[in-house]
Amino acid sequence: MSANRITEQGRATRHSAQVVPLSMKDLWVEYEVRRGCVKAVRGVTLDLRPEESLALIGESGCGKTTLGLALVRLLAKAARITEGSITYRRDDQELDILSLNSRELRRFRWRECAMVFQSALNAFNPVLRIRDQIYDTARAHGVTSREETNQRALELLEYVQLDPRRVINAYPHELSGGMRQRVLLAMSLLLSPQVLILDEPTTALDILTQRTIIDLLVRLKADLGFSMLFISHDLATAAELADRVATMYAGGIVELGSVNDIFYRPYHPYTLGLIHAVPTVTGDFEELVSIPGAPPDLIDPPDGCKFHPRCPYATERCRVEEPQLEPVAGDGHLVACFHTDLVRRDAADLLQRLTDSGEARR
Amino acid sequence: MSDYIIEAQNLVRRFGSRKSLVTAVDNVSFGIEEGEVVCLVGESGCGKTTTGKMIAGLLKPTEGRVRYAGRDVWGDNGRSKEDRKAYRLGVQIIHQDPYASLNPSHTIFKILSTPLLHHRFVQNRAEAIEQVSELLTRVGLSPVEDFITKYPHQLSGGQRQRVSVARALTVKPKVIVADEAVSMVDVSLRVSLLDILGSLKRDLGVTYLFITHDLAVAKFFAWAGRIAVMYVGSIVELASTPQLVNDPLHPYSKALLSAVPEADPELTRSKERLQLRSHDIPSLFALPHGCRFHPRCPFFMEGLCDVKRPDLVPVGNGRWVACHLVAREILGSDAVA
Repeated sequence: MSANRITEQGRATRHSAQVVPLSMKDLWVEYEVRRGCVKAVRGVTLDLRPEESLALIGESGCGKTTLGLALVRLLAKAARITEGSITYRRDDQELDILSLNSRELRRFRWRECAMVFQSALNAFNPVLRIRDQIYDTARAHGVTSREETNQRALELLEYVQLDPRRVINAYPHELSGGMRQRVLLAMSLLLSPQVLILDEPTTALDILTQRTIIDLLVRLKADLGFSMLFISHDLATAAELADRVATMYAGGIVELGSVNDIFYRPYHPYTLGLIHAVPTVTGDFEELVSIPGAPPDLIDPPDGCKFHPRCPYATERCRVEEPQLEPVAGDGHLVACFHTDLVRRDAADLLQRLTDSGEARR
Repeated sequence: MSDYIIEAQNLVRRFGSRKSLVTAVDNVSFGIEEGEVVCLVGESGCGKTTTGKMIAGLLKPTEGRVRYAGRDVWGDNGRSKEDRKAYRLGVQIIHQDPYASLNPSHTIFKILSTPLLHHRFVQNRAEAIEQVSELLTRVGLSPVEDFITKYPHQLSGGQRQRVSVARALTVKPKVIVADEAVSMVDVSLRVSLLDILGSLKRDLGVTYLFITHDLAVAKFFAWAGRIAVMYVGSIVELASTPQLVNDPLHPYSKALLSAVPEADPELTRSKERLQLRSHDIPSLFALPHGCRFHPRCPFFMEGLCDVKRPDLVPVGNGRWVACHLVAREILGSDAVA
């Protein structure tokens, strides 16, 4: 079975599990617009650990997609990385992503770090067959043998549970949304990257299609052992797919921790608010609480903590001083908030309620 | 029955020419009582929006009837101009995309005052300002002065959707068709918008047909109401919300509920999944014979499900299911034959 071969190859080329493949340090990204300067990413420091699945959650406009694009240097012309560094590592090599020239970048993208974009339809050229898109990709990244590419493409398409012979000759519009997403996933894995960045991989897909993509991602990651950074506004997808979760608000990371820490023991009022705001489907009725106000304007963000105008715990200190990410209880759980003890006290009620309704379900 | 404020009777809607005819909605019937919430859920292309548009009078059914307050909306028999007007005012729709559904060249005041003046709910500009202010306050857009002179592009998505809600309210409707009204609004603002929609039900007695693909939203909004699950143009299950989310009967409802990811890591990872036989959604151009779900259904019974299409039948406790297996188990095999 060719699908088995993919798995075998995955095991054989599995990257040494010691090095951290991708690190960002104090990364700032700005957009120059007519009204001024949008600080879309403000001082993000984040490590993507080997073979982990890290979810970046937050609402629209919080800078999560900008961060993803910055990692592969695909930002729009109006954007500038003003500060910070991005380091990529493979075995004992280190790459400074921000100093790469376009040829080096081309080698880095797709071979080392592939990105799957948000809209599966727009990611394809509508007038090319899947076969040619895959071949173009391979050629652009240095694989010249058409035969070899074809073989690999067929194997990958089969591996993502598509009918390879039908799909490879199809035009993008002939495929459904879920099929296109699977083709994109197959294409991103064409050159066995070590890091995969997924921007809203399951958004705009129907429930059953979403399920097949989630299950597929879980299997791909287990078989091939890449590291995955996925960007999502959907907490449910994060709850299901992530090992660690980073909550972003107004361009900065406000909380980072294991998936269970974030969902069951959140320390930041914004994370707590998000979890309050999303109901589960099965089980009893839960009261929901909305976060008052709206996300800030990133051209002229508030002083101090960016969340303070919406925060029930805000004090004078929050209005002047911006809290930094600092460790709290638990392994590697970081929070940027001055009032974590108050948040914890109130969150205990929530946890109790979740446990109660969880028991009621069982 | 006449206690329904709005009722769909055997609605059918086909699109296309004779050569390529698609039946988007196929024999859909349901009724909504005054003050009730009914949710239509289903995947894209299942016909839920088309159904909503027929209920709201934006699309004419190919076959079947829509009844508002007992009167046939599209038929000519005995329908007076007053009836038509009562229906047009009585049923309003909120569209999914607040960027596309508000006229970009009109101010918020103009958007909200036009229907007020046209239908003589107010007599002059001063009254219109008063009424518009009241509407904006009701949907949480205050201080009113900050919004009344603005254009839609100056508002955020959440604020725009509130304007859409206010516009639907201008003519004091009895029924609101909300078509994915909160889908494009951010998570942190979604709950407050749902709360506003809920308050209209409480304070003004508005009846809702709430269309969504998001089961969690459906459950939250329609907990006291009912959910109708649609699949490829037809309703496959109609039940009270607690019944449906806790004990779905139709295999498709079961599949949806078992597949949906939950915002709770332990719950979502320990959920039992119903494995389907196929991932492919049938094309509307080549619908399967018999039950339309049978090529994917794990409980498929050969010789029955692929031959005869199950009717939507009552199975007790006010629920309706279109499935041979459920009918056999609950009603006994006689009912199947």
